[in-house]
Amino acid sequence: MAGTSGFSVSGYGPRRTGWSRLAARDSVLRKLDWPLLLSAVLLSLIGSMLVYSATRNRTALNGGDPYFFLARHLMNTGIGLGLMIAVMWLGHRTLRGAVPILYGLSILLMLAVLTPLGSTINGAHSWIVIGGGFSVQPSEFAKITILLGMAMILASRVDAGDTEHPDHRTVAKALGLALVPMAVVMLMPDLGSVMVMAVIVLGCLLASGAPKRWIFGLIGAGVVGAVAITALGILDQYQINRFAAFANPDLDPAGVGYNTNQARIAIGSGGLLGKGLFHGSQTTGQFVPEQQTDFVFTVAGEELGFVGAGLILLLLGVVLWRACRIARETSELYGTVVAAGIIAWFAFQAFENIGMTLGIMPVAGLPLPFVSYGGSSMFAVWIAVGLLQSIRVQRPIRA
Amino acid sequence: MKVRVIVIQILVFSLLLTLGGRLWYLQIRNGQQYTQEADNNHVQQVVQPAVRGSIVDDRGVPLADNETRLVVSASRTELLKQPDDGRAVLSRLAGVLGIAPSDAVDKVRLCDAKTPQPCWNGSPYQPIPITDKATTQQALQIMERREDFPGITAEPTAVRSYPGPVGVNAAQALGYLGPVTDKEVAASEETDNPLLRSDSVGRAGLESQYDQQLRGKSGVTRYEVDNLGRVIGKAGATPAQAGSNLVTSIDSRVQALTEKELDAAMKGLRKQYDPVTHENFKADSGAAVVMDVHTGRVIAMASNPTYNPNVWTGGISSTEYANLTNKKSNYPLLNRATQGESAPGSTFKVISTSAAINAGYEPDGGYPCTSSMTVGGREFKNFEGENYGDISIAKALEVSCDTVFYDLAYDQWKKDGGINPKHPKDWFFKTAHAFGLGKKTGIDLPNEVTGRVPDRTWKQNYWDANKVAWCKDGKKNGSYVQQIEFENCKDGYQIRPGDSLNYAIGQGDTLLTPIQEAVMYSAIANGGTMYQPSIGKAVVSADGKKVSPIRPKVSGHLPDTKKTISYINKALEGVVTSGTAAWQFGGWPQDKIALHAKTGTAEVAGKQSTGWLATYTKDYAVIMTISQGGTGSGSAGPAVRKIYEAMYGIGADGSIDPKAGILPKPVTALPKIQSDGSIDAPVLKPYKVPKKKEPVDPNASSSPGTTTTNPSQPPAQPTGDTGGGNQQLAAGLPATTTRRD
Repeated sequence: MAGTSGFSVSGYGPRRTGWSRLAARDSVLRKLDWPLLLSAVLLSLIGSMLVYSATRNRTALNGGDPYFFLARHLMNTGIGLGLMIAVMWLGHRTLRGAVPILYGLSILLMLAVLTPLGSTINGAHSWIVIGGGFSVQPSEFAKITILLGMAMILASRVDAGDTEHPDHRTVAKALGLALVPMAVVMLMPDLGSVMVMAVIVLGCLLASGAPKRWIFGLIGAGVVGAVAITALGILDQYQINRFAAFANPDLDPAGVGYNTNQARIAIGSGGLLGKGLFHGSQTTGQFVPEQQTDFVFTVAGEELGFVGAGLILLLLGVVLWRACRIARETSELYGTVVAAGIIAWFAFQAFENIGMTLGIMPVAGLPLPFVSYGGSSMFAVWIAVGLLQSIRVQRPIRA
Repeated sequence: MKVRVIVIQILVFSLLLTLGGRLWYLQIRNGQQYTQEADNNHVQQVVQPAVRGSIVDDRGVPLADNETRLVVSASRTELLKQPDDGRAVLSRLAGVLGIAPSDAVDKVRLCDAKTPQPCWNGSPYQPIPITDKATTQQALQIMERREDFPGITAEPTAVRSYPGPVGVNAAQALGYLGPVTDKEVAASEETDNPLLRSDSVGRAGLESQYDQQLRGKSGVTRYEVDNLGRVIGKAGATPAQAGSNLVTSIDSRVQALTEKELDAAMKGLRKQYDPVTHENFKADSGAAVVMDVHTGRVIAMASNPTYNPNVWTGGISSTEYANLTNKKSNYPLLNRATQGESAPGSTFKVISTSAAINAGYEPDGGYPCTSSMTVGGREFKNFEGENYGDISIAKALEVSCDTVFYDLAYDQWKKDGGINPKHPKDWFFKTAHAFGLGKKTGIDLPNEVTGRVPDRTWKQNYWDANKVAWCKDGKKNGSYVQQIEFENCKDGYQIRPGDSLNYAIGQGDTLLTPIQEAVMYSAIANGGTMYQPSIGKAVVSADGKKVSPIRPKVSGHLPDTKKTISYINKALEGVVTSGTAAWQFGGWPQDKIALHAKTGTAEVAGKQSTGWLATYTKDYAVIMTISQGGTGSGSAGPAVRKIYEAMYGIGADGSIDPKAGILPKPVTALPKIQSDGSIDAPVLKPYKVPKKKEPVDPNASSSPGTTTTNPSQPPAQPTGDTGGGNQQLAAGLPATTTRRD
């Protein structure tokens, strides 16, 4: 890339919005992180095949239309791509200004979930059913507002050149900002999302250069909190059962341990090359529950084998690698923190999701980014990709 | 803060590596194991039970068949999910079915060593039939109130039934079915026709003997199913193969008649006074066999007391089972034709005759038939003390003279070396073995007993087994029993002269079964060939394409020359015309249908005598025996005559109408098999006595010889299994052995 090395500009570049920015091939398309984009698109397309394989026989779910979920997934991916473009168009810096509004909206939406407007799916009261088969999971978008909000607070003084690192007050403020939506999600209760949010907070803090004692303190608090939550019975029985089954999947193979057992059988029986797309007996036989969403990775494991499942890991690796590059290459802390938050989010959510299907993590209702069926999740991850691209495209030229 | 981003990057990639490693571990390292688990996961086997083959008679009339009934079953696993282990459900069910709640509970309990019938000895995961006699009304009540009857099903099922044409019972010969045990399932796994948990197998009789052929092969359809058990595809199917049909030599009408006549004879005897024991005859059990003498095929086999074989279908109730197994019922499950044994009495004398002739005695020599004979200080009396003077062996058979045979046996005993024999020839024992006694005939029925020839080996073994007790309790001057024990202790291992005398007339420790007797007399009838008796005549595959005949098997030949056999034949004809059976066969058309007979009365310690009547014509042998029924001719004579009359179509006046006869000739051809494999079955009408003349009541006490008086001593011959052994047989004791017939 052309440019003067070591030259960096903090603050804002020329404000260009609208088609002109996208049309300007020399600037946008060339600066676009193509490996990131292509990996994300490929993951979504693989996801659509897996979702189709998992749902084409489930007449109770798809209402007799085998392509229902396939079409929805592709549509969601398309909308996701549109959202990415929209975010790039607006630019992550513009969104920084809108963070208070987004934050407020997000909290309101989540509170609405707690009212009778919300619906319970799989034990978590975290959905708003819009109708026509559409539903929204506001906690997915809250992840974005948390990382944007934290980045805004943590980076503002550093990016202004006032200080090297966020001070204790700033960190406390940022944490306070994150705690409110987390508390609301906890009430739903959607433990998986709370865990992801906690990891996002950690990622943001780590990347922002916040004092180490905050980071270690938070990790310690997390452990103590987890123990306390278990001990105090704040968790619902279904959540405790999931953990018990994780510890010993053979405990009750027909009950709680069923999911994990069947998931592992599905993946293990795939072998090196898999049974072939649409030929997985575990998948066709619907032995694995929630296979189009939380357990979508089992379809890949069974039907595509080690090669196919490994490809998904590889593509996720590419996404995360590019994200790390973006985090490193941007000179403004705001971008770094946003990217770090996204990395923490994607990495943890992917690890938890795949880890639970492989039996090394407890079961939690989290979708696999890009691959799992689900509109809110798909939109949120594509918005995140848009943010990453925006950070890259709009980064101050330095190399 | 780039360093921290690198820290994040390292963390992220170690997470991904962890996933990759785990993925490798599951898919590559343990892939095989999970593949297997996946396969087990979704193949469900659905078993289609094979239709069990029918058992038909010689004309194709079904004796054992299948019929569709409404079977109400209970699933143990479902019942045990109820808080009270399903007791409430079962008692509700009992209410609907009109049975005792305890009966329902008993039926679903699992069999073990301590649990009496009824209990379930099949797989605990299989639905257990409570009744197969549910009415449509009851089935609807159960199926419409599903919530009241969790785990209970009512479905039409093919069940075994024994239709009993023209009144046939044949319960013991046909046998019954019972559910398989876990052990049998395990044992059959390696065979080419493994049993399934839902199978029933034959437990007795032909059902057991021909189980392999009758059972067929259950079909298994392997369905791929999803997690809820919904079928998503077929993984392969083995269609059920219906079991083969068994054609037997049983003739329904002869069978029904034989059963009826045996029963009537026994009932008649119970009204008759026994002057020996001074009470009516008990006639507690009996058996009859009708055999085709040319082949050894069984045409009829009756055992009394009997029971209705249909009680087994669909699980037996506790009261019914108790009725079949308690002492009061006198064990109707026993097939007394193959599992009942008793001393043969004078019917044994054909063996003694053969032995004597083969030992070199002149058949027509003059042998003194004195009224008694004293050996070793003990008097052996002739029946009723008759004295016929010097007679031939033939005449001795005809009039059943004991003393002639005593004489022959004693003479042989002395020739063999007496009490301390040296290289004894043992003609009498040898001949009994040659006639097939002391071993199974090999009839195609399970659990046949061997009977017994009390030869030297047996005596020695018996003494070895009992001498300690005898020598401990025996006293020279003690009670009667103690004196016998004292004698036995001293020389019970020896064949004493009294033993050989008793043996020669079929009394004492000799035991044989009606089927052995039938084989033996059939051989005399056919000129000396002994056949392995059989009921199965052919196994016909369900489609009728494969007919595997069961051919008669020769098991041996009588040790006699043609001359000796015809000599015996002639003598046994004399039994009918002028001998011990003549009084029962007055007016018999002997010139047209030559009938032969030998009567026998076996004395049993502490009981009334067992009557034997062994008869044959050129085609058939008919053997009948009645325990505690008195003499052979008196107890069984009229019944046996009626069986012959019906088979040949002989009117009461002695006229023969073969058209009226139900079996003037044995059926040799197999019944017609249709192209679809079904077997043609004619509609049978039970035999009716032609009403020309009033048939003579043979049980009328005015008939000569019916009043059988037993002189002096109480009968004390052991049945063989009683520990008392050969109490009176020791020569030297002042006891008298007598015989009747």
